[in-house]
Amino acid sequence: MTTSRTSRDGEQGVAPVQVRGPVLTVRRIDAYHALTMVAPAIASRFRPGQFVTVAVGGPESSMLLRRAFAIHDVRPDHGGTVEFVFDAAEPGTRWLANRRSRDMLDAVGPLGRPFPVPRESASCLLVGVGEGSTVLFPLADRLRERRCQVDFLLGARSAEHVFGALRARRTARSATITTGDGSLGTRGVVTDMLSQVIHEARTDVIYASAPLSVLRDVTALAGRYDIPVQACVPEAMGCGTGVCMTCVLPVVGSDGITRIVRSCVDGPVFRGDMVRWDDVGSIPFDALGAPGWKPPRTAADPPNGRATPPSASIRPSPPGQSSPPARSSHSGRPPESAPSAQLQKPQQSQQSHESQQAQITFRPSQPPQSDQARPSRPFREPGHAG
Amino acid sequence: MPADLRARLGHVELPSPVLTAAGCAGTGRELAQFIDVARIGAVVTKSIMIEPQAGRPTPRTAETPSGMLSSIGLQGPGIDAFLQRDLPWLLSRGARTVVSIAGGSASEYAELAARLSDAAGVTAIELNLSWPNAGARGQDFASQPDAAARVVEAARGSARYDIPVFAKLSADVTDIVTIARSCVAAGADGLSMINTLPGMVIDTQTMRPAVAGVMGGMSGPAIRPVAVRCIWLAREALPDVPIIGIGGVRTGRDALELIMAGASLVGVGTAIFNDPSACMRIQHELEEEVAWLGAERLADVTGRAHQAGGYPPPLRRRPALSPPSASGRWTGLLGPRTLMRDAIGAMVHYSRGRLWLSARTPGDRCISAARRDAPAITNERCRRRGGATANSAPMSERVI
Repeated sequence: MTTSRTSRDGEQGVAPVQVRGPVLTVRRIDAYHALTMVAPAIASRFRPGQFVTVAVGGPESSMLLRRAFAIHDVRPDHGGTVEFVFDAAEPGTRWLANRRSRDMLDAVGPLGRPFPVPRESASCLLVGVGEGSTVLFPLADRLRERRCQVDFLLGARSAEHVFGALRARRTARSATITTGDGSLGTRGVVTDMLSQVIHEARTDVIYASAPLSVLRDVTALAGRYDIPVQACVPEAMGCGTGVCMTCVLPVVGSDGITRIVRSCVDGPVFRGDMVRWDDVGSIPFDALGAPGWKPPRTAADPPNGRATPPSASIRPSPPGQSSPPARSSHSGRPPESAPSAQLQKPQQSQQSHESQQAQITFRPSQPPQSDQARPSRPFREPGHAG
Repeated sequence: MPADLRARLGHVELPSPVLTAAGCAGTGRELAQFIDVARIGAVVTKSIMIEPQAGRPTPRTAETPSGMLSSIGLQGPGIDAFLQRDLPWLLSRGARTVVSIAGGSASEYAELAARLSDAAGVTAIELNLSWPNAGARGQDFASQPDAAARVVEAARGSARYDIPVFAKLSADVTDIVTIARSCVAAGADGLSMINTLPGMVIDTQTMRPAVAGVMGGMSGPAIRPVAVRCIWLAREALPDVPIIGIGGVRTGRDALELIMAGASLVGVGTAIFNDPSACMRIQHELEEEVAWLGAERLADVTGRAHQAGGYPPPLRRRPALSPPSASGRWTGLLGPRTLMRDAIGAMVHYSRGRLWLSARTPGDRCISAARRDAPAITNERCRRRGGATANSAPMSERVI
């Protein structure tokens, strides 16, 4: 609501579509169900990280809210099919799990901002927990097309809740698995193994899709190594199209102002260091429009009321300056350069560059741009959509 | 078009009676991805306040049987950003815009109305007198006749004379007619009813309220009978005041129910969350429902449930075709969504220079299709020929 969405207005071929398509298959994968439906219009527009919303219960359903699912796979057969994975834990998803071939589904997609992918070769670590892993596999395919090294770090509470362990092992350079009960891979949570994997894989960028608490920890840990994180947040959604204002979370803009943004249109992929993880679920008092909030006098003034010290590991910059540390030194950094070398990056040297970049860095509403259309876009930082 | 759906919003004529409900259409941009916002009656914005609003903490919504509970807290950009960004965009798209406004005092409403009066592209103003899930709970203006009247008077006084001002009422009051009367007496050009009903859901797993705002507003088809009652009561007491009927409209049939209760316009709310193209679908279905009744204009059915001296016979009796004789030949006309073999009843009628086929599907939807090349025959001729006219010639195209 509060971020401008001017460029999305033009409907540049990335606008989502509403389709009615037949179900092709519903099958079980470990603890989850995977539903494949025919939806050529969605399949052709899809980019990794985007999601679909599905109306459940038929046209006279008493379940009015659409269910949102990350797109797990897109295939060209039948003109284009879309697959998503879900846990049949509530009546709506149980209804979906009971669909049979040729049943019709009402789907809207592809929605949301996709994962930005580096233009040049980079070492990418994909961190997924439970159901959240599903969104990472089309991303891994896309990254490999870009000649990026892909490493997986997957976790869940038990072996059958780890999604795609086999596929990850088969396709990625390395796949590390953690389970809460030790039934597969290492016993523990993904953040236990994160440092080790980052060192071994010489990770340049992390893509994460996990519960909020894990995303927060991953972002904090990656901040120590100065590795950018692209986080796909699992906020509960009501409509998926941006009208219901359900899926909001506080995100810092390039101007240093925290806004309550919708994860369905401005996300679900955010730069990890932009999201105020500790304040998710609340309205921080310094957020734009919070009770008692006053607009800054001029654009040059620091936003007042930023008294809460931002957790240092996430945003090392002092509150006055624009919050996202512009890690321009990452641009096109070859994967050989050790991430830890960036640990003691002086903030001052970045100041001038940062202020120039401030206007162009945080554009969560930027539409997903076709990579083919912009071949010259440098890999600045995955969060920079522009 | 099978029926003339033009409707009036105050003195403004709208091509359709189907509006969005406040807070359910975002800024209009979100819906524009799925429908042409210029083709629905009007876009009603989320309630605009003077300052930007961050809204309430999450979780904000919970699903309830045939409805939802929401506690959003009027998250919005504030009047400055709205006038700068959202309103010009709606105007550029050719949409008619009803701006919903909310404030903490009568003077805030007056300030908002005055600022909107200076802007281009405001078709009407809706006063959100009862934002049940926003800040000052229990102090909403819609629960006290004099408080509501003060707000209406202030807003009407500062709004430009040619911008209609509608008062949106809450059904959570002892006597909605008293509130409606005092709003109209204070100068409201019309009434919008109803807002969400206060409700609460508890998550039994976490043992705490399902929304962070503890209580929220109930919306969706579950509250439609409440809306029908309130609209009926208001129409009975104030037959000349236009009403925007809002509450649980999901299909054209639902819209027609509110219209028969006395609403001259209908707002679609929660259904948009379920189906982003709901407004256009409901508009089509409403056309067909009205045509099925044999009415030529929407005004012919508005308020039809009010008949003090007994109800008149149904509008028109038409020769009905048995479904088998109508099936097959019309199928191509009706599009993929509806199969004629599933139709429960079908009839052919002549209206506005066209031959129409209307049928009712098992899902209780009405469908109709027209033949553009039909000979100019009268109803009598159609009846005499037993509907054979409808099937004898090839159908040129679907005119819906």
